Amino acid sequence: MKVSVKWLRELSGVDLDAGRIAHVLTMGGLEVEETAPVAGAFTGIVVAHVRAVSPHPNADKLRVTEVDAGTGEILQVVCGAPNVAAGQKVPCALVGAKLPGLEIKRAKLRGVESNGMLCSARELGLSEDHSGLLVLPQDAPVGEDIRRYLDLDDTVLTLKLTPNRGDCLSMTGVARDLAALAGVAAPLADPAPVAATIDDRREVRISDPAACGRYCGRVLRGLDPGARTPGWMARRLERAGLRPKSPLVDITNYVMLERGQPMHAFDEAKLRGAIDVRLARPGETLRLLNEQEAEYIPNLLLITDESGPVALGGVMGGFDTMVTEATTDVFFESAFFAPEAVQGRAKALQLTSDAAYRFERGVDFAGARAALERATELTLAICGGRAGPVSEAAGTLPARAAVRVRPDRVRMLLGYDVADDFMAEAFARLRCGVRREGGALTVTPPSWRFDLAIEEDFVEEVARVHGYEHVPSVAPRSSVEMLADAEGARSRMALKRAAAALGYQEVVNYSFVAAEWEEDFAGHAAAVRLANPIASTMDVMRSTLVGGLVSAVRANLNRDEPRVRLFELGRCFLGEGPTPEEQPERLGAITYGPRLPEQWSEKAPAADFFDAKGDLEALAGRAALSFRKGSHPAFHPGRCAAVWFEGREVGVVGELHPRLQLKYGLASAPVAFEIESAVLLGGAAPRFAGVSRMPTVRRDVAVLVAEGLPVGDILAALRASVPAGVREVEVFDQYKGKGVEPGRKSLAFRIVMQDTARTLTDAEVEEIVDSIRRVLVEKFQAIPRT
Amino acid sequence: MQAIDPIIADAERAFGACATLAELEQAKSRFLGKAGALTELLKGLGRLSAEERPKAGAAINEAKGRVEALLQARREAILAAELDQRLASESVDVTLPGRRQSDGGLHPISLAQERIERLFASMGFSVADGPEIENDFYNFTALRMFPDHPSRSMQDTFYVADSDKVLRTHTSPVQIRHMQSHTPPIRIICPGRVYRVDHDATHSPMFHQIEGLWVDEGISLADLKGTIAQFCSAFFERDDVEIRFRPSYFPFVEPGVEIDMVWERKDGEVKYLEVGGAGVVHPDVLRNGHIDPERYSGFAFGMGLDRLAMLKYGVNDLRLFFENDLKFLRQFR
Repeated sequence: MKVSVKWLRELSGVDLDAGRIAHVLTMGGLEVEETAPVAGAFTGIVVAHVRAVSPHPNADKLRVTEVDAGTGEILQVVCGAPNVAAGQKVPCALVGAKLPGLEIKRAKLRGVESNGMLCSARELGLSEDHSGLLVLPQDAPVGEDIRRYLDLDDTVLTLKLTPNRGDCLSMTGVARDLAALAGVAAPLADPAPVAATIDDRREVRISDPAACGRYCGRVLRGLDPGARTPGWMARRLERAGLRPKSPLVDITNYVMLERGQPMHAFDEAKLRGAIDVRLARPGETLRLLNEQEAEYIPNLLLITDESGPVALGGVMGGFDTMVTEATTDVFFESAFFAPEAVQGRAKALQLTSDAAYRFERGVDFAGARAALERATELTLAICGGRAGPVSEAAGTLPARAAVRVRPDRVRMLLGYDVADDFMAEAFARLRCGVRREGGALTVTPPSWRFDLAIEEDFVEEVARVHGYEHVPSVAPRSSVEMLADAEGARSRMALKRAAAALGYQEVVNYSFVAAEWEEDFAGHAAAVRLANPIASTMDVMRSTLVGGLVSAVRANLNRDEPRVRLFELGRCFLGEGPTPEEQPERLGAITYGPRLPEQWSEKAPAADFFDAKGDLEALAGRAALSFRKGSHPAFHPGRCAAVWFEGREVGVVGELHPRLQLKYGLASAPVAFEIESAVLLGGAAPRFAGVSRMPTVRRDVAVLVAEGLPVGDILAALRASVPAGVREVEVFDQYKGKGVEPGRKSLAFRIVMQDTARTLTDAEVEEIVDSIRRVLVEKFQAIPRT
Repeated sequence: MQAIDPIIADAERAFGACATLAELEQAKSRFLGKAGALTELLKGLGRLSAEERPKAGAAINEAKGRVEALLQARREAILAAELDQRLASESVDVTLPGRRQSDGGLHPISLAQERIERLFASMGFSVADGPEIENDFYNFTALRMFPDHPSRSMQDTFYVADSDKVLRTHTSPVQIRHMQSHTPPIRIICPGRVYRVDHDATHSPMFHQIEGLWVDEGISLADLKGTIAQFCSAFFERDDVEIRFRPSYFPFVEPGVEIDMVWERKDGEVKYLEVGGAGVVHPDVLRNGHIDPERYSGFAFGMGLDRLAMLKYGVNDLRLFFENDLKFLRQFR
């Protein structure tokens, strides 16, 4: 909301400069976003009368004017504005006038003497309009200082109001709060009632008393359709950001600005019979004054006459009954609509409306009648005519229950000392009813406050009036309990650090991705789509991190990075529910390019499946992952493993599918893995298992097996069946090719044995190795090699 | 009897001329070998009288000892020279770079988050977490942002298609979830991703917040200010931190606070920085978390993690955080 400081001073009685007022308001919770003078800093500009305009002898675009600026002589001024015309009243900067960065001097323009400058709105700092001269009304007094004539010594504050302060959506409301904060008695008074001079009245009726607490109406007849909005009113509207239109519209807007009461002016001649405030019926529609067609929605409040809907209650008037330039008889509406009866309606109908904005936040329910009197008074003064009596219907007005405020509790919640008396004074300044009962205060909020309902609301009011700057900074007290800390568990930060230590750089991708990525990298349509995405390429929630990682790789390759290693820790979305199954957090990592960065001492080959797998194993630590041949739409079918943990598939590791490599324009295939972070974050604390001082014995066992047999299966079987005394079974060589018949591969296993209590005998060692060989032969049809 | 002294002098010369152990062995045989000069002298002892023999024998043995000492000294000298030579030939250019994997690193938002978690942990706050797709109750209603109420329009919300779910617009729903499953005293921070329909130079549709909640008996607005002041001082490593509270409105706190920090003072002008929103937890919110507001009170605050990271590291454009450009990210290693 935009607020003229001059107007505010007048209403509030607070006589401070604009900067000080802005500070008081901001510190009172009415944040001032911008403080701007209404005009530039200039002097020496006066109202001038253009007497004559003639062509410039040496320039097509310039004109030579003769103006009377009240200086006692006719001035010759050269002017470049296209709209200059004889007979106009315009601002003229006299010789000696000072404008920002400019002093007006007597000069020759293309050989013609010029004694001043005729000004546009931009030159006065009023707007950016530089299309022509600022043409003033014909009755502007020649020679008057333009600052005085246009009342330019004013500042406009732009307030950023929070939705709870609907009461401050008017000059009166801001003035009231400013006065309370500043401790000044605001000279606010209701206008005197205007007596009826004609009998014309229109019946009004409320059929939905909960939605409409009061409806006041009044007929005014015999208005002058040629009347003009006075300059002072137009200026106040403009400074509030409203464009003046016609006197009746301007008067309703002005009353809304001044008092916060939205009003509507119907053309009295176009209404039929009594006004009824009721809910819309299915099928009813209304053409609005912005020419938009409002369709039926449930619980939509209508203003109707005998012919049907004529306005949306609290939102906007209808097209057919609106006032026009020909209107001579008007019916003013000034009503209280309950916030609940207006909230959401404008949005549902895709309308923006100053009235709805106010009613949704709460309008002073006791102010409808006074606003109508004010509008009447202004109309009679501006448009002439005569007023009928006020018609009024009553519904159910909001209750203002008294709230018990315990000063001790106020002090406890604030954490500092404020006297009971100050609290009572603060509430009185805010025009609440205050009674002392026992140790407590019983406080009744005024009709314009919709945000004061419980004790805590008044705690804030005490702090606000007392001044938030007085809140002390207290070193927090703590019950000093140690935080739980499971030793085996790892924090997310520790996991990120571990990934970084493996050479991966963390990235942060958007959680929403293109639907196409889901098809490409997850092989299915996304489980969660957005109803209102910011772009069509960000319209579904990701179910895998791989797409984002591939995209980040590509972006970096385009920035001339030869080798990219990235990871991300973030949620994926498999469903809408709140569980980790539906919104799992995962760690994903990708490597593009050589295993090691280019360096003088190594010629590193491209990272392959086993690099990614090795990194994943390193991150897993003691979590016993197992790997099975996997299939995943994002990965090469022959170079992809499903990752299992505790009987569950928890991740995937693989080389990007050649199809995707091609589609995403990558010269070689990156390798990547993705795993549920919970697997990497959990774990048990280490536990001592004894150290044997006996010697270890190593035996190697080499066998030939079928080429397609997964080594992981063999190792799992061996480890599951090893006799006591075996410390380690591991594969240390795989060979295919010359010397091994086609269809087979040679594998070599390392068996490390050690007893905890004694040295193993040769016979025992042989027995163990034989048992392992037997498993290899019997279970896997292995042929031992010697 | 041949003179002994010239033999020793001869041996010293001969050993000194040897450059390798093999040559030295050759030279050794000239003096100590089977036909060596000293061996020959020993052989000649038999020709001496019984009185002369012990004296001559002792002299020869002494000479032999001296020659052997000379030999050993020379042997060590040759070995030392050979080692020097080998070491010289084995030297490397120590100025060449070390062999290594590339450096990885954390995203600057993670760095800031890690730091904030650590600072609050030192005050007894633990880290809590919640889902990013939320339902209406936790994201709005439990926080007193009722349907159709204008307070909902304070945050432009992403809605899930064909569903009543939303992408959480703030980390505040974690407050409710945590209170429902814990009893006071509660001290948590909740960092995480949040989403709003807003995309321009200073807004990202996805960004990060950090929520804080402290519920206990007797918690006040002044405690909130003290906590925030300590945090800002520790996070920005400044001992001149000055916090300003302004009244503001968030439906889930009452009183509500906008937190400003004095960033710099220049020529009498004070530049404030908005740190976040906060307030005393609204009693209805405590009730929604199954906590008795007559017995307990609390404060909550929410800060922009990305903004804190920008200020801390001097990043001037929010969008850089989400472009994943290694040239940017590497600067935070």
